Amino acid sequence: MTDLAAPDTPLAIRGVIKRYGKLTALNGIDLTLEAGRFTALLGPNGAGKSTLFQLLSGLFVPDAGEIRVCGCALNEAPSRALAQLGIVFQQPTLDLDLTVEANLRFHARLHGMGRRTTTRIDAELDRVGLQAQRNTPCRALSGGNRRRVELARALLHEPSLLLMDEPTVGLDPASRELLVSYVHELCSDRDLAVLWATHLVDEAERAHHVVVLDQGEILTEGRPDSLVASSNAASLEGAFLNLTATTKEQTKA
Amino acid sequence: MTLSHALQALTAVTNREVVKFVHQTGRLISALVRPTLWLLVFAAGFQNVFGVSIIPPYETYIRYEVYIVPGLIGMVLLFNGMQSSLAMVYDREMGIMRLLLTAPLPRWYLLLCKLLAGTLLSVLQAYAFLGVAVLFRVDIPWSGWFTVFPALILGGMMLGAAGLLLSVYVKQLENFAGTMNFVIFPMFFLSSALYPLWKLQESGAEIVYQVARFNPFTHVVELVRFALYGQFNGMSCAVVVGTLILFFALAAWGYDPQRGLVRQIKQAG
Ligand SMILES: Nc1ncnc2c1ncn2[C@@H]1O[C@H](COP(=O)(O)OP(=O)(O)O)[C@@H](O)[C@H]1O
Ligand SMILES: [Mg+2]
Repeated sequence: MTDLAAPDTPLAIRGVIKRYGKLTALNGIDLTLEAGRFTALLGPNGAGKSTLFQLLSGLFVPDAGEIRVCGCALNEAPSRALAQLGIVFQQPTLDLDLTVEANLRFHARLHGMGRRTTTRIDAELDRVGLQAQRNTPCRALSGGNRRRVELARALLHEPSLLLMDEPTVGLDPASRELLVSYVHELCSDRDLAVLWATHLVDEAERAHHVVVLDQGEILTEGRPDSLVASSNAASLEGAFLNLTATTKEQTKA
Repeated sequence: MTLSHALQALTAVTNREVVKFVHQTGRLISALVRPTLWLLVFAAGFQNVFGVSIIPPYETYIRYEVYIVPGLIGMVLLFNGMQSSLAMVYDREMGIMRLLLTAPLPRWYLLLCKLLAGTLLSVLQAYAFLGVAVLFRVDIPWSGWFTVFPALILGGMMLGAAGLLLSVYVKQLENFAGTMNFVIFPMFFLSSALYPLWKLQESGAEIVYQVARFNPFTHVVELVRFALYGQFNGMSCAVVVGTLILFFALAAWGYDPQRGLVRQIKQAG
């Protein structure tokens, strides 16, 4: 078992439980992420992916269990943990009335980035190819470009861990493909740990590591090819369907 | 939290509020038109009903329009405080609140930034209205422009904290208009904004008088009224500061994910 408090472990989750009233949305989650690894959190709608993200970002507090970001416990040193996180939420969080740059600056100040802000904004806008839209109000951007601004913003303060909650929802296939490849690149270039939540199997196929979540529990995790092999399916899609179908049977029984 | 980080976050929040305010010309206009109408209509209409009398801090007989200026300044602060509450609820619906609440800073401090940014707008609007009052030849001592400053800050903060607290409970934008009427109008009418408290008591409205006496808005108005004449109303100051601390603490508690009420909202933050 890995050392939970090791500062070079981007994310360690142990025994996390979250209930909404009677509904147990997460039931004992254990998960460890590694730097430079793209981890897909694959689960159908209602599996508990967003709930996990809300816990990781400190918006909700788990009923039990422990979450550490780069060794810092989220409940003990929330600010230090949050400083290491870059988050793209499922719902858009841009201020549509402000320009691209104003949105980025707002974030940079909240993170206390000081004098390196301007160079960092330049670098990120270059990377996502939105330098020309710098002074455009976000309202005027396409869905794909808005997502890219959110991604640039999440990376602005150079976090060690990037959380993306179904970031491709509502994007056309081309922008979707672009975003997935871009984040893969980031992951290897910057040694970034990525947790990418999705209900789309094809997005998980390219991941280094896949975690299958259903009804608040992790059913299995591993490399995509080994998941396919161990479930005797022809593809990850088949493996995923087998796995989630089994839990449904069990719940019925 | 380093000082530099704290100041940057304050700048971020303030800057955004100011930019948004500047884009909404309608907001400034309505913030000024509302009290100006009251000033014109009520001051003309109630001149005789009021029956002038000398009460502190005034040293001579005053005209009714002079009497209601502090109340109308209070109204400006009150409306802006509620407006910041509306902005909080709006930010929550637009998801921007998540961004704020996931910043690597203590949550109470982020709320304090919101409060200070809102107070800045309140104070600026109050001064704009004071300017309008002077244009309409209401007699206010020039020194009052300076001495009223701390009172505007305290009053603005207290009513802003009331707005923050309200935003904990008002979960959806649609419910907002109703809540505003429920809060703003009783607060304003059951106070010393339009009539001195003794007048309420004299007219036999004992309950109204008692409510007004304990209404924190009365104390904002009185704090401003005394400060305009270079005087300090200790009692009102204590009530305003006490209420400010209470409201802010409750709001911070409400936004705390551990215990708060906000946590059970779908798509919190
Ligand atoms: N704030 C909430 N209050 C009550 N129930 C919730 C709340 N958020 C999510 N749920 C429920 O928890 C379960 C997991 O939801 P969610 O985490 O959004 O799943 P996913 O993101 O995987 O689609 C669902 O059954 C959902 O209805
Ligand atoms: Mg979700």
